[in-house]
Amino acid sequence: MNTQARGVGRTIWVATRAMALLTLVLGVGYTLVITGIGQVALPAQANGSIITNQDGDPVGSSLIGQSFTDADGNPLPEYFQSRPSAAGDGYDGGASSGSNYGPENEDLIAAITERKAQVAEFNGVTEAEVPVDAVTASSSGLDPHISPAYAQIQIDRVADARGIPVEQVRELVAAHTQGPDAGYLGESRVNVLELNLALDELED
Amino acid sequence: MTWVYALLALATVAIILGVLYRPFGDYMAWVYTSRKDWKVERGIYKIIGVDSKTEQTWQAYLRSVLAFSAIGLLIVYGLQRLQQWLPYSLGLEAPSEHLSFNTAASFVGNTNWQSYSPELTVGYTVQFAGLAVQNFVSAAVGIAVAIALVRGFAYRRSGTIGNFWVDLIRGTLRILLPIAVVGAIVLMIGGVIQNFNGFTSVTTITGATQTIPGGPTASQEVIKLLGTNGGGFFNANSSHPFENPTAWTNVFEVLLMLVIPFSLPRTFGRMVGDNRQGYAILSVMAILYVASFSILTALESAGMGTAPELAGGAMEGKEQRLGIIGSTLFTTTSTGTSTGAVAAMHDSYTGLGGMMPMLNMMLGEVTPGGVGSGIYAILILAVIAVFISGLLIGRTPEYLGKKIGPREIKLAALYILVMPTLVLAGTALSFAIPGVREEVENTSIWNPGIHGMSEVLYAFTSAANNNGSAFAGLTANTPWLNTTLGLAILLGRFVPIVFVLALAGSLAAQDKVPSTSGTLPTHRPMFIGLLTVVTILVTALTFFPVLALGPLAEGLM
Repeated sequence: MNTQARGVGRTIWVATRAMALLTLVLGVGYTLVITGIGQVALPAQANGSIITNQDGDPVGSSLIGQSFTDADGNPLPEYFQSRPSAAGDGYDGGASSGSNYGPENEDLIAAITERKAQVAEFNGVTEAEVPVDAVTASSSGLDPHISPAYAQIQIDRVADARGIPVEQVRELVAAHTQGPDAGYLGESRVNVLELNLALDELED
Repeated sequence: MTWVYALLALATVAIILGVLYRPFGDYMAWVYTSRKDWKVERGIYKIIGVDSKTEQTWQAYLRSVLAFSAIGLLIVYGLQRLQQWLPYSLGLEAPSEHLSFNTAASFVGNTNWQSYSPELTVGYTVQFAGLAVQNFVSAAVGIAVAIALVRGFAYRRSGTIGNFWVDLIRGTLRILLPIAVVGAIVLMIGGVIQNFNGFTSVTTITGATQTIPGGPTASQEVIKLLGTNGGGFFNANSSHPFENPTAWTNVFEVLLMLVIPFSLPRTFGRMVGDNRQGYAILSVMAILYVASFSILTALESAGMGTAPELAGGAMEGKEQRLGIIGSTLFTTTSTGTSTGAVAAMHDSYTGLGGMMPMLNMMLGEVTPGGVGSGIYAILILAVIAVFISGLLIGRTPEYLGKKIGPREIKLAALYILVMPTLVLAGTALSFAIPGVREEVENTSIWNPGIHGMSEVLYAFTSAANNNGSAFAGLTANTPWLNTTLGLAILLGRFVPIVFVLALAGSLAAQDKVPSTSGTLPTHRPMFIGLLTVVTILVTALTFFPVLALGPLAEGLM
């Protein structure tokens, strides 16, 4: 074996040992330390910000959006509705995804037209009043939020379906409306699952 | 109002980075110049068999980079192919050979292009023992190569450019790991998950069943951003609420991506003994970054195009909590840094808006670029810029006291040629080879027409620039795209590294020439302007024709 080939062989042996050691430290050690810190100090967040109903049963995560539809996929009038979702059949936590439709895609244009008409009819408003988040799918397909504008147009319908005063629903929406972080980062939003859960608990 | 919010978000990022620039840049300079090893480092050198006091020639440095990366490639490939026997594989099978190759190349090459949907493809062991490790070490390799080039400028009459193993270990232990630990905790406070729960299901209040994913996400999220890697734990990447739960974590993630690339000019200035040189480089990076962010924000806020105008805004593929500004800030950062993470779907951006992330990459990833790769790329452009100005005034160009002779300019020119060749050849071949074209058009492309061409162009731009973001509608999990994109990643990463290290060796061997009245000052506004123009010009001339076929045609129709 000449000197150069020996040099290459030696380098590969160093590289192998370095990679093995770094895999132990960065792959196993680091991951376990962070998991330990998360599970001990921040268990609620580390385990997915799970929210429970009054009986203590988990009903979802405050960070992961849900569909509020019947078994056939029709929207339930007594619940605030989430944005359209491209994750699996809709809000599938095992298959996060956006639609990836481009701005000139015919299927997207047709879908927006149809959603606009459906949302307007379902809530008894004009199509011009339907806000943009009500007719567009989010990036993750798991967006837990809607805009305050989309919540506003749903208030009358929800109150009507539940037979409770509009004012009561309006107050609940206001209580569940969050402004931008630190007052200027991101958008105002309403967490749909938390709002719907609060509505259910109102009646119990 | 949009502008006020955009400006405030930008100011928040700029102020924090501004405060960190000097101390953190100086700290990194210390890391790579300190003569003392930590005790734990001495232990590591002993185990791997390295003498930390011996510096390497550029050839030996290069050999170490390539050997280390080749071993990484084999390990990540092997872990995937053996997935079904690994613990915590969530019952997932081994990915195919071509997908495993693509993913291994992608993570070793600091690209993190993902042809696959993580939830459906990779279990936890592949994620943390394979992918997360590469997120650390591919970043450390990038910084090491950059530091070697800076040493080329700093050293005189030297046959060596540093020791790769020392640079690798120090970059990992003294820079990446401490920030990753703190960053992971901050992300968990914000709601990012960190568990080994697998997929659990809950019964919702409507009586339906919903799947809630689990996984060691925070530990991987932080290094994917800090190391400008970009590979999502989940398919939706940083738009997934478990990866990026709220608008403030979004800004924190932007800072993680920017902190090393924007502080390295200080490290460079300090190591060459003239901090003004660092400010000049920083200025070019910052000018292009701010311009790109402003244009993208204006385009997405205007929301041109049939679907956005019908819907009343460009919110398809964007999250409500982040809004347009949070999305464009993240996109500008992630495509300007070679991270390639996404907090919104680039495929659904407006026609012209979707061109901006492509342009950020086509600039060669210098706004401010990936960890390490950003600064070495812009230093190559600086060499080109002094060469051009040397031609204008008719004297031998020099940069930082080093003569830019035929050998140096050849290496710089070869560096510049690699990426466009890969992008244009890859895109062209995908449509030129009859059998391939059929597969690309029928299987891979998601949006028909012009936008579909953009999807393929975006893919090769992303791969050759080691970015990893995508017009994600494209189905890249085919033998053709997995193989060619994997090759584009490896060639786009390691061929330029060969030229950078060769240049480092050639510069280090030179003595410094004293500056005279005829020397072009490279810290003044004039040079900043020149370098900015050269950066844009190299891109514009190379890519204008193909952009006219894709996003320009779509956006202006």
